[in-house]
This record gives sequence, structure tokens and C-alpha cells, in this order.
Amino acid sequence: MNLWLWNLAEALLMVGLAPLATAVVKRFKARLQNRRGPPLLQSYRDLAKLFAKQPVLAEHASWVFRTAPYVIFAATALAAAIVPVILVAMPLTAAADVIALVALLALARFFTALAAMDVGTAFGGMGASREMTFAALTEPAMLMSIFVLSIAAHSTNMTAMIDTVLNSGLSLRPSLAFALAALVLVAIAETGRIPVDNPATHLELTMVHEAMILEYSGRYLALIEWANQIKLLLFATLLLNLFFPWGMAQTADAVSLLIAAASWLGKLLVLFVLLALFETWMAKMRIFRVPEYLGLAFLLAILGMLSHYILEVGV
Amino acid sequence: MRSELLQQWVVVAAAAMLLIMFALLAQRHMRALLRWFALQGVLLALTSALVAFVAGVPELYVSALLALLLKGMVLPWLLWRIVLRLGVHREVEPLVNISVTLLIGAALVLFAFYVSLPIEKLSQLVTRNTIAIALACVLLSMLMMITRRKAITQVVGFLAMENALFFTATAATYGMPLVVEMGVAFDVLIAALIFGLFFFHIHRTFDSLDLEHLEERQ
Amino acid sequence: MNLFDVLLLTPLIVGAIMTFMGHGRIAAALNIAASAVTLAVALGLAYQVLEHGAFTAHGQAFFLDAYNVFLVSLTAFVATTTAVFSAPYMLHEQAIGRVTAKRLRLYHAMYQLFVFGMYLGLTTNNLGVLWIALELATLATVLLVSLYRTPAAIAAAWKYFIVCGVGIALALFGTILIFSTSSEVLGHGNAALTWTLLYEQAGQLAPGVMTIAFMFLMVGYGTKVGLVPMHTWLPDAHGEGPTPISAVLSGLLLNVALYALVRCKALVDGATQGGLAGELMMGFGLLSLLVAALALHRQRDIKRLFSFSSIEHMGLMTLAFGIGTPLANFAGLLHMTVHSLVKSGIFFTVGHAAQAMGTQQMINIRGLVRHHPGIGWGLLIGTVAIAGFPPFGVFTSEFLLFTAALHTHPWTVVLLLLGLVLAFAGLFRHVQPMAFGTPPEQVNAVRVNMLPVYLHFGLALWLGLAIPGFLADWYQTAATLLQGAGR
Repeated sequence: MNLWLWNLAEALLMVGLAPLATAVVKRFKARLQNRRGPPLLQSYRDLAKLFAKQPVLAEHASWVFRTAPYVIFAATALAAAIVPVILVAMPLTAAADVIALVALLALARFFTALAAMDVGTAFGGMGASREMTFAALTEPAMLMSIFVLSIAAHSTNMTAMIDTVLNSGLSLRPSLAFALAALVLVAIAETGRIPVDNPATHLELTMVHEAMILEYSGRYLALIEWANQIKLLLFATLLLNLFFPWGMAQTADAVSLLIAAASWLGKLLVLFVLLALFETWMAKMRIFRVPEYLGLAFLLAILGMLSHYILEVGV
Repeated sequence: MRSELLQQWVVVAAAAMLLIMFALLAQRHMRALLRWFALQGVLLALTSALVAFVAGVPELYVSALLALLLKGMVLPWLLWRIVLRLGVHREVEPLVNISVTLLIGAALVLFAFYVSLPIEKLSQLVTRNTIAIALACVLLSMLMMITRRKAITQVVGFLAMENALFFTATAATYGMPLVVEMGVAFDVLIAALIFGLFFFHIHRTFDSLDLEHLEERQ
Repeated sequence: MNLFDVLLLTPLIVGAIMTFMGHGRIAAALNIAASAVTLAVALGLAYQVLEHGAFTAHGQAFFLDAYNVFLVSLTAFVATTTAVFSAPYMLHEQAIGRVTAKRLRLYHAMYQLFVFGMYLGLTTNNLGVLWIALELATLATVLLVSLYRTPAAIAAAWKYFIVCGVGIALALFGTILIFSTSSEVLGHGNAALTWTLLYEQAGQLAPGVMTIAFMFLMVGYGTKVGLVPMHTWLPDAHGEGPTPISAVLSGLLLNVALYALVRCKALVDGATQGGLAGELMMGFGLLSLLVAALALHRQRDIKRLFSFSSIEHMGLMTLAFGIGTPLANFAGLLHMTVHSLVKSGIFFTVGHAAQAMGTQQMINIRGLVRHHPGIGWGLLIGTVAIAGFPPFGVFTSEFLLFTAALHTHPWTVVLLLLGLVLAFAGLFRHVQPMAFGTPPEQVNAVRVNMLPVYLHFGLALWLGLAIPGFLADWYQTAATLLQGAGR
């Protein structure tokens, strides 16, 4: 019973902290660009503002357009509830494994694309086609990179995977290095950061995600923006907890929970600094180069799998 | 404990070697290609030195030093000088699109693993896992030679193949006897020098280092 | 300082000297002198083996036994006659402007270095040094193939370099694999690569590893032997270089590569006790025979024609060694000898013919018998010899090969006959008009040096009619040795 409560608390934590996480990244980027950047609570204020406004719908918008934001938000929030954040063993994690996670994210993406095409604008179609092309490449790469871990753990359950990494001691394992690199590349693509997609642009030639949600306003836009922020926090947490899980609580007592929460926040901060650095240093890639980039991610994941079999499992 | 350390390091070095081979296959710019090649030489030197230290084969220190000097510094520098001197276009021009090349490379790694399984079963050394990777690197460098259109990148593929063989000798057998290693290194150096000479001949005759001109002669 | 050291040091030292003064008439004379000295030494060593049996030198580093001593003598002999041939030939080339003085220096220096590489490869006891020697021989000849600096020559030399480079790298991988298993039996030093020790301990080497190693060695050294499908470099390289180089490449280097392959086969047979190595060699041999025989028909350049003939004969030899019975090995060894002699003789003739006509295209070479009867008849006799007519030695070795094949693998005889008939037809349809057609008006006068040619053909004839006793004994001993330990 307790664990279910903890699970709920974790989910609420993820959903609640997501806007803050995005604001932190924006702040870091701004500092690197010699600006002050928006205040940390600005994302919350933006969401509140959007919720208060009345949405404007296109004339031909169908029920898909109206229900998509709710589906997107629900799917992403549920995905956030599956990922272990502070405690390693969670009841929802036992129920849904990493493939379900990818499926939920795919569901969200599917509805975004449908909604984008629903109103029949040029931008919507363009954004949807780009997004789906990238998705066709990122999903295999993501699954393959996570499978490297699952093969070591003999399970696709995230708890089992984290346990395996925690118990295997500090050994240099090239397969994990490859899988980490692949997952980082995939995460950047999935969350729509530079160099794949610019989260701050509205130029038609460079938009991918923004193009799909161009028609949304009011509470719909608020829900979608929030879902996007949850996605960023989700991928960050997934990366950190699958590959650097040290500090996570294996039992639900107060001390380990506090340590786990503190280490999670600390690791997130480091990751966000690195993300900000990376986004400032790189320029956005041209769209036709993105499949190559994603092919590279897939290749790294395959290399991780091969190294695991060839070098670590041995004969 | 020592052999644990050796095994760990050799495993990491093998993975890095594989990564560098793929990086060589995926490069677009000549300068970056030569930098990765130099990095491969340094990696070989480090691996050789470590095997020498842990497995107690002092001859490998000499090989390590040779690898560092020759493959990490002299050869890339020589090749870069030729690129500059001959005004070769600085882009690598592949025959097959790079993504497809990389996927073929992954298939070759699988094939190499399949071929090396019986060998690995029979070896007693701690580093036996790396034979498959070493063979894969040899096959990948051959892929590089086949899918490149410029003479210089073919030569880099050839030299990368020699590197992969050096790695095989170091990791799979703790290095060949010194006289053989020195002879092989000497041969590689002479081969590189002759290649350099060749580039000038080719350039003087065909006015470019594009191999299409050579292929028309059939 | 014994006889053996002289064998190796002479070409090395003379080669070094030639880099500085290899361009005058004196260089050609020095070339001949150095080769003659090594010939004398080689014959002396052969005598030593004849009297006292196989022996090793410098500890276990080098050794001479029945298998390689006659090859060493053959190499020395052909190198000398080629040097004799090349003296006026290269002077003529310099006179018509195809080579400069600087390139002549390179030519003479590399010639000696190439010969050194071959001696080293033939006499070394260490598999690693064998590899190094073959690579050295390749490197020495690469620059020679492109000596004329025409686009075709440079393209041919590049192809030679790359294809043989890749092949030999695979052979190195095979050698490393052999070392990986032998170092567990014989320790981690030079002993694990020493052929004589490996031969004795062959039964203890891991069969699986040796099989895989042999596959790499087959493809690797097979590239240097010119077996199909790794033969693509051969017609170009042998066709574009200067004639003396074509002669030594066809006549000598292919032999050394085959020698290396057969040494490794002896080890693998001892380790695996199965027939895989032999069957691989047979397959490649038959394939080379048939493909080359067919390709002969379509050639337009005279040197390329005879290069494909080399591929065909190397295929025959590989087949012989693949069959592996003592009779087949005997046939293979005899074939190696006579093929070297006849093929280099043919190349000498071809070189003169090309000089006389000013072209290598067969359609423009006609009526050699009319205006240069020595060249014309030489070419005809050479073709007759290489096609396998009695009483030349090639007929004898092919007949022995047939007999051996009939005993063990009768079905190959059909393919053998087919290949030989095709090759015969291909050669004659080209050579007959060249020798007997109507000659063109414009013909260059060349100073023809047919003595080496007749010497070679005469020896081939002698070997066909009556093999001297000591030679037959060597072949016998080598044939049994090559069957592998423990059979």
C-alpha cells in the first residue's frame, strides 16, 4: 500500500517539477549566452496564463483536435509514473516495462501527429511528416540501446535493469558506454533539442515539434507544453537512473529516500548544465542530416549489443 | 588482479578500436579522418604498453613506442602534407552512401564474430574475446578500401588494416616475436613511403587522385 | 662467414651500391656479375644438401632442405639469365627514351633487392620472416611495374599494390592465428613460428584454428600466386612492366608465393589430418585453370596473353599440390621448375618481339619468322613448350599430374583436359598469325639476344626427356615431406 502512495507521489513530483526543469535549462543557456534569462517560476506562470485563456479552434477541427491534448498529457504523465525516480522498486514499474514506456510515448506522438494533420494546414502536415520520419528511426535506436541493458539483466523491467547495474560494481563495460551514447543521441532527438530541433524557433524551415502544435491555444496548448516538459524530465531521469543509478533508494525508509532525492536532483542539475553547454556549442543540423544522425545512434546501439556479446559474455 | 586489469583494459581498447574503425568509415573530411587515424595509433601504443606491463612481455614496449611514433605521428603527418601539397579536394568521396556503409559494417562485425567463435573457444589467453573484434576491424578496413574513390582514403584504409592486424597480434597472442614485429613495422613504413611516391606519380599523370581515372584503363 | 651468408648478403650489398651507380653500362655488368655469384653459391649449397642432407643455419633461423634448395638454385639461375637478357634490352629502352638514367638506377637496385627478398623467403625457417620477405619482394617490384610512367603502367602498379597488399594482410592474419595456437605448444618466442619445429609438433596444434588460419592463408598467399578470383592484378602488372621484370615476376615470384602456401599446407595437414586444405587448393587450382584458359582467347596484348598462361599454370600447380599424393607433389615440383624456365624464356622472346614491332598489341605483330627468325621460332617453340607438347618438360609434369589425379580424384581429369585443350587453342590462335602472318613494312631492327632463351628451352627439353638422378631424388624427398607429418 505504501509503495502505491510513493509511486503516486513520485508521479506528481515529476509532473510538478517538469516546468521547473525546463526553466532551469533555459536559465543555463541564457547565462552561457551572456543574458540573464527568465525567472525560474516563469514556466509555471506561462502555464497558468494559458490555462486561463479561452482556446480558439479552427472551423474544421474535429474531436481528434479537441481530445488529443488530453491524451498526450495523460500518456506522458503515465510514462513518467512508470520510470523509477527515487525508489528502485515501484509497483507500476513492475506492471509496465520499458517497451510499454516506448509505447506510451509513441501513443502521445501519434496523437500529436493526428491533431497536426487534423486542421489541414501546411505547417501541420510538414511537422507531422518530419516528426514521423524521425520517430521511425529513433524508436528502434532507443529500444536497441535499452535492450543492451535488458540483455545484461535478462529482463525488460526497469527495476531489474537498475538492480543489475547497481550490483555489478564499478567495472568498465564498453557495451554500456555505447548504449549510453546511443540513448543520449536518441533523447536529444525525442525531446526536440538542438541539434535535431530548435525548441525556441518558429521559422518554418526549421520547425518540427512547434509546427505540429502551431494551431493550439489556451488550455490545449498548456497541456501540450506541459507534456513536452514532462518528456524532457522523463528522458533525463531515464538516462540517469538506468546508467548512473548510484544513490537510488532500494528500501522505502526515510534516510535512503532523502539521499535518493538529493542525488537525483544533483545529477539532474549536472545533466542540465551539460545539456545547456551542448545546445550552445552545437548548431542545428539540416533536416536531411537528421536521419544520418539517428542512423549513428542506431549503429552505436548495435555496437553496444555486439560488444556485449563478443566482449563481455564471451564464449 | 593484474590479469583482471588487463582483461578490462583490453576489452575497452577493443571496443574503442571498433568505434574508431566506424568513425573512420563515417568521416567526411580528410583532416578529421587523419586525426582519427592518429588516435588509433595512440590507442594501439597504449594497449601494447599495457600488455607488455601486465603479461610480462618487455619486447612489446618497443612495439608500443614504434606504434606511437610511426602510426600516431609520422604517418598521419606525412599523409596530411601530401594532401596539402597536391591540393587534393578535402572531402572524402564515398562510393556508397555513408549510412549504408555503416550498416554493412555492422553486418561485417556479426560475420567476424561468427567466424571467430571456434578460435575463441580454444584460446587460453585472457584476451581471447578480442579476436572477433580484431577480425572485424580488418574486415571494416577492407570495406573502407572498397568504398572509397580517392587514392589517399584507400591508403588510409590500408594502413588502418595494418593497425587492426597489429592489434590482433597484441591482443590475441601477446605480440609476435620481436624480429617479426620489427619487420612488419618496417614493411609498413616502406609501403607508406612508396604510397606517398605513388601519389605524386598518379597526380602528375592524371592530374587528380580520383581513382576513376585509373579504373578507365581496363 | 659461410656460403649461406654470401647468398643473402650479395644481392643486398649490390642493391645498395646500385642505388648510386646503377645507370651506366657498368651497372648492367655488375648486375650480371652479382647474379652469377649468387648462382655459384646456390649451386654450392645445393651440392651441400645433396651430400649431407638438409641443414639449418644461424641456429634455427634458416634452413635448406630438398624442397627449397632446388627452388633457390632455380631462382639464382633465372635471375642470372634475366640479368644477361636485360643488359642490352634496357640499354635499348634507354636509347628509345622509355626510361631515364635515374630510373635505371632504381631498376637495378630494386632488381637486386627483389632477388634478396626471394632468397630470404625461400630459405627462412620462420613463418613471420617468410611473410616479411614476400612483402619485401612485392614492394620492390611495385615501383618497377610503373617504371615506364605511362597511365596504364601507373594504374597497373596501383592495382598490384592494393590487391596484393590486402591479400598479404590476410595472410598475416592467418600467420597470427597459427602463432596463437602454436605459442601454446612451443612457447611464446620465435620457436612458435619455426617451420621445422611446427612440422614436428603439427599433431598438437588445434585443428579448428589451423583450418581457419589456412583459409586466410589460402586467400592471402593465393592472391600473390595469382589464383582466380584474386588474380585481377596479375595481367596488368605482368603486362605493363619492363620485360625482364615480367619474366622474373611470372617465373619466380609466383613460385615463391606458392612455396609459402605449400609450406603452410604441410603444417595444416599435419594438424587436421583431414583433407580440407588440399580440397581448397584443388578447387582454386581448377577454377584458375578454367578461367584463365577461357580468358586466353580474348586477349589483345601479347604480354597479357602470357600472363594469363601463367595464371593457368599456377592453377595446375596448385591443383597438383592440392591432390597431395607423392606422385602429384612430384608433378607439381617438376612443373614449378619447367614453367619458370619456359615462361621466362617466352617473356624474353616477347620482349624482343615487342621491341621489333614497336607495340604489344598482337594484331600489329605479324610475320616474325620472316624478318626476325630467331624471335619467331623462339616464340613458336616456347608456345609449344608451355602448351604441354612432348618432349618438353611441361608435358611430363602434366602427364604425371593426370596419372595422380586419376588415382585419387578421377572426375578432375575431365576438367583438366578441358582446361588444357582450351588453353592450347587460345595460345595458338594468337601465336600462329604472329609468327607466320604477312609482316608489316615498318619493323625496328633490334639486337636480339636469344642465348638465354635457348638455354631455358634446352633445359626444359632436357628435363622432359631425362630428369637427372639427384633432381628426381630431391623431388621424391620433397614430395614425401610435403605430405605432412603423421600420414
